[in-house]
Amino acid sequence: MSRLMIEARVNGETVTALADPRDTLLDLLRDRLGLTGTKEGCGNGNCGSCTVLVDGEPVNACLMFAVEAPGREILTVEGLSRNGELTDLQRNLADSGGTQCGFCTPGIVLSATALLARNAAPSEADIRLAIAGNLCRCTGYDKIVRAIALTAEQRRR
Amino acid sequence: MRSGRLCGSLGRNVIAEDRDAKMDPFAYHRPESLADACERLGREGARILAGGTDLIPQLREARRRATHIVDVKLLPGCAAIAAGDDGGLVIGAAVPASVVARHPEILARYPALAAAAGMIGSLQVQNRATLGGNICNAAPSADAVPPLLVFDAQVTVSGRSGERRMPLEDVFAGPGRTNLEPGEVLTTIHLPPQAARSASHYLRFTPRREMDIAVVGVAARVACGADGLVSEARIALASVAPTPIRARGAEAALIGRGLDEGAIAEAARAAMAEARPISDTRASAEYRRALVEVLARRALAHCRDRLDEAFAGRAE
Repeated sequence: MSRLMIEARVNGETVTALADPRDTLLDLLRDRLGLTGTKEGCGNGNCGSCTVLVDGEPVNACLMFAVEAPGREILTVEGLSRNGELTDLQRNLADSGGTQCGFCTPGIVLSATALLARNAAPSEADIRLAIAGNLCRCTGYDKIVRAIALTAEQRRR
Repeated sequence: MRSGRLCGSLGRNVIAEDRDAKMDPFAYHRPESLADACERLGREGARILAGGTDLIPQLREARRRATHIVDVKLLPGCAAIAAGDDGGLVIGAAVPASVVARHPEILARYPALAAAAGMIGSLQVQNRATLGGNICNAAPSADAVPPLLVFDAQVTVSGRSGERRMPLEDVFAGPGRTNLEPGEVLTTIHLPPQAARSASHYLRFTPRREMDIAVVGVAARVACGADGLVSEARIALASVAPTPIRARGAEAALIGRGLDEGAIAEAARAAMAEARPISDTRASAEYRRALVEVLARRALAHCRDRLDEAFAGRAE
């Protein structure tokens, strides 16, 4: 099957890549664009490791074809830091033990980024719901929840 | 579940080889007219892509094959929510569940549907999964379907020979099977206007709150007349039959009565009697029947509380 030229907006830049129609957005990001911050866990939409923001909303990159990307604004974990500086949320996750093996962390960071953009004062229940689609097998979630709550609190000060 | 998936770069190679071996190459189409869509859907090996949350894993795991993928998200009306000519609401089949769950008018007038849309998968899944996909996958457990049934939803289906409109209930033929013809596409879902004094709710049982499939789901809608007696009732069930079903005996048990504990209990027992579940890995048939009674009772009690609030609000 012939490849298609795909033009997409990723992390604020217009990028082009040759892709197979069968490529998922995750394949496009990792294999065609070299953005390996987005992880593949289950590959069928259960684990949330591949969460990216599409037009500001969290989406499993493994459940979207790359050919659906044109016209959408895609944000991956690589697009968050400015000049190599972590965001406040990323810093709080690191400082509070909210990341251990790190595999789920990019997805958690993007789900939480979308939550905080929508809700400046999320309750614990809001936070837990926002990351319900992101499995973490290390932390037990408490430290992740606390890091997100702390970030919201600091931003309100 | 294949081995090697969780281990980084090794997983990538395994998956790339898997895909070439299992997922047939396909051509991707994104038609902007119904005529174009229906022509493409009439081809051998054509499949509809809406949200893709079921289709993409099915293709990857070789549970389905496709040589043409027809993306319906740009078709006219498919991605919009609009007022209906009858004062109701028309929801495009490709509207994502998250949009349905947050839509102010759906929250106010069709709350059972908003509740169900907010239960499908995770937020990530809700941002892609569509109502049309939830219907046309024809899973007996589809969360959005019981609420749509209690609202007497109709659907518009377009094909090469034109358009037809049918009650949602008539779409389902069996698990994973619909009565749509090859080349047809479900484009819009029509919800009739709701009576002023009415209430609705959807409840499901799952071992986990998110990322799970309804062991049983129950939707209820009740409308009352000026006398406070039930004038219209709808109860629909998920995961207890080969398709989502209405519990018509339970509905009939409520008509002309006050929505008191006795009427609610009787209707819930009737709903249980109408369920014809199977036993599978998620629950036994007996357990599912017991769940139908409990969830029907709770859903109807919720409707009663909302009606009481509305009545108290008007009396003040």
